[in-house]
Amino acid sequence: MLWYNRGRMQSVTAERLKELKLKANDVRQGIIRSLLSAGSGHSAGSLDMADIFTALYGAVMNHDPKRPEWEDRDRLLLSCGHIAPVRYSAMANFGYFPVEELLTLRKFGSRLQGHPERVKLPALETTSGPLGEGLAQGVGMAVGAKLDKKNWRVFVVTSDAEHQCGLHWEAMMTAGKFKLDNLTCIIDRNFIQIDGSTEDVMPLEPLADKYRAFNWEVFECDGNDIEAFIDTVERAKRVEGKPQIIIANTVPGKGVSYMEGDYTWHGKPPNKAQADEALAELESQRERILANV
Amino acid sequence: MSSTDVMDAAARAMHLVDYRNTAEVKQLPTRNGFGEGLIEAGNRNKNVLAICADLAESTRMEGFKKAHPAQYLEIGVAEQMLVAMAGGLAAAGKIPWIASYAMFNPGRSWEQVRTIMALNETNVKIAGAHAGVSVGPDGATHQAIEDIAIMRVIPHMFVVVPCDSVQTKKATLALSETFGPTYLRFAREKSPIVTTEETPFEIGKAQTFREGSDVAIVACGILVYNALIAADELAREDGIECRVVNNHTIKPMDEPAIVDAAKHCSAVVTVEEHQVHGGMGSRVSEILAERQPVPIEFIGVRDQFGQSGDPVELIEYYGMGTAAIKEAARRAYARKRS
Repeated sequence: MLWYNRGRMQSVTAERLKELKLKANDVRQGIIRSLLSAGSGHSAGSLDMADIFTALYGAVMNHDPKRPEWEDRDRLLLSCGHIAPVRYSAMANFGYFPVEELLTLRKFGSRLQGHPERVKLPALETTSGPLGEGLAQGVGMAVGAKLDKKNWRVFVVTSDAEHQCGLHWEAMMTAGKFKLDNLTCIIDRNFIQIDGSTEDVMPLEPLADKYRAFNWEVFECDGNDIEAFIDTVERAKRVEGKPQIIIANTVPGKGVSYMEGDYTWHGKPPNKAQADEALAELESQRERILANV
Repeated sequence: MSSTDVMDAAARAMHLVDYRNTAEVKQLPTRNGFGEGLIEAGNRNKNVLAICADLAESTRMEGFKKAHPAQYLEIGVAEQMLVAMAGGLAAAGKIPWIASYAMFNPGRSWEQVRTIMALNETNVKIAGAHAGVSVGPDGATHQAIEDIAIMRVIPHMFVVVPCDSVQTKKATLALSETFGPTYLRFAREKSPIVTTEETPFEIGKAQTFREGSDVAIVACGILVYNALIAADELAREDGIECRVVNNHTIKPMDEPAIVDAAKHCSAVVTVEEHQVHGGMGSRVSEILAERQPVPIEFIGVRDQFGQSGDPVELIEYYGMGTAAIKEAARRAYARKRS
């Protein structure tokens, strides 16, 4: 089965989609293993972004794991650095470094710092963790690309809660001013943060209207549906004269049923028994993907 | 050799103007030197950008904007954005200079400076304008006197405070051509020009502007002139001969020059338009406490905020005028002999 978008044939076949779903499963298993090894870290957001990171590295971006500093690569910035486990796991599973290295997460001497540090691992593009800073740096890169008439694109992954930071809105305004159509921002819209629901802590809705008011083109999709996300990015990339926002609705803890939708899993790792249970569940999901169920 | 001859030898070696002859001393704001240096840096390298937060004229980015419109970006009153966006541009291969008042950048943007510029080792250059109480009438909200402290504690950061507008131009050019996160601090008001085109400038290399063996006065910024005048008056009035060091690079500080000054004079006075706590003098005392302990006196603001007033009046009120420097030198001299 091929799938189509506005009359243009896409490169993702049913076979490739199945491969990507298996990859996302690998990425989730890597997250669980690395968090268990670390003994601390952020589970819910890491798991819910596994499908999007798989799609970005597996289908969306121009990149080369063997040349992480290739000049014409697309730039992927993770603004909400605390979900580093999903990025590390995706990078390992797409060939940036050995999967076994994931077990060094948060340990002394590791390249996989608790929050991402570009100087230790250049493919990270930025150093992040302090919230609300990724889009602003993405704006700088996108302006840099335009000044040099380069075709590479900038993708910024943000959390929903970091929209409570003032700097993010400065960046939204600036992206609108410079009409950065080479910039796509993706929101992990999982409605949770450390203290509870985003809408209780500091309501963000109507979020789409806010972006429209800042001269962005707004897209929304199921962030746990790889096919839908790829389709949405492809449409976003065709926008001219405006930055694009993709509000990706995700289920926190996606893939591990006892974590799904529970904000208390925002900032803690599974213990051994919980990790075993999660890995068993992910393994059964893998069997179902292989069986085309 | 008379004291005048010794002094002249050091001043000649540094190609200084005859700063004792007031008719010879021209005055221009140090920010003008930044504006001129920035235009020249933009001529030399098209990757040099200027980004401003709604203060193009007063930070002296205006000239660059006219000379290099394609290399100029305006982002409005958003200092955190200034730093973060510049980090992105640096990652894309640019050399962005970002300008606001020092109070707001790095004052408001410190965490972005630490994370995006320093920890991430990006080639972003901050121009901190209107530093010190000499901003004058604008008052305490706009008088950055803590900026050296908050910048010098950040690893990898260059912190440079030139002594006059001619040196500020040279510093702007040198920093543009040196990779690394940078803070260049300068002032609003016109101030005496003591250096010339021929005066050497090297980042991290302190300069002896006057020779003497009794007390070393280590100064930075526009107060270097006050230090020179104070030293001349001390020689005439008390026979105390001061070495005057223009310590323009706060980080990385020229440790050998500081230690040598302390060894040579056995007493030190530091002079800066900044809080005594955590400033240039604090760094000098850290170096000397470890390597060459001698009596030290500090000239600067003592745990107070500024206020509105005439720049000269404020410099005097907060104890940074020539009379206060002379008193500090006398105290240091007495302490080393007691």
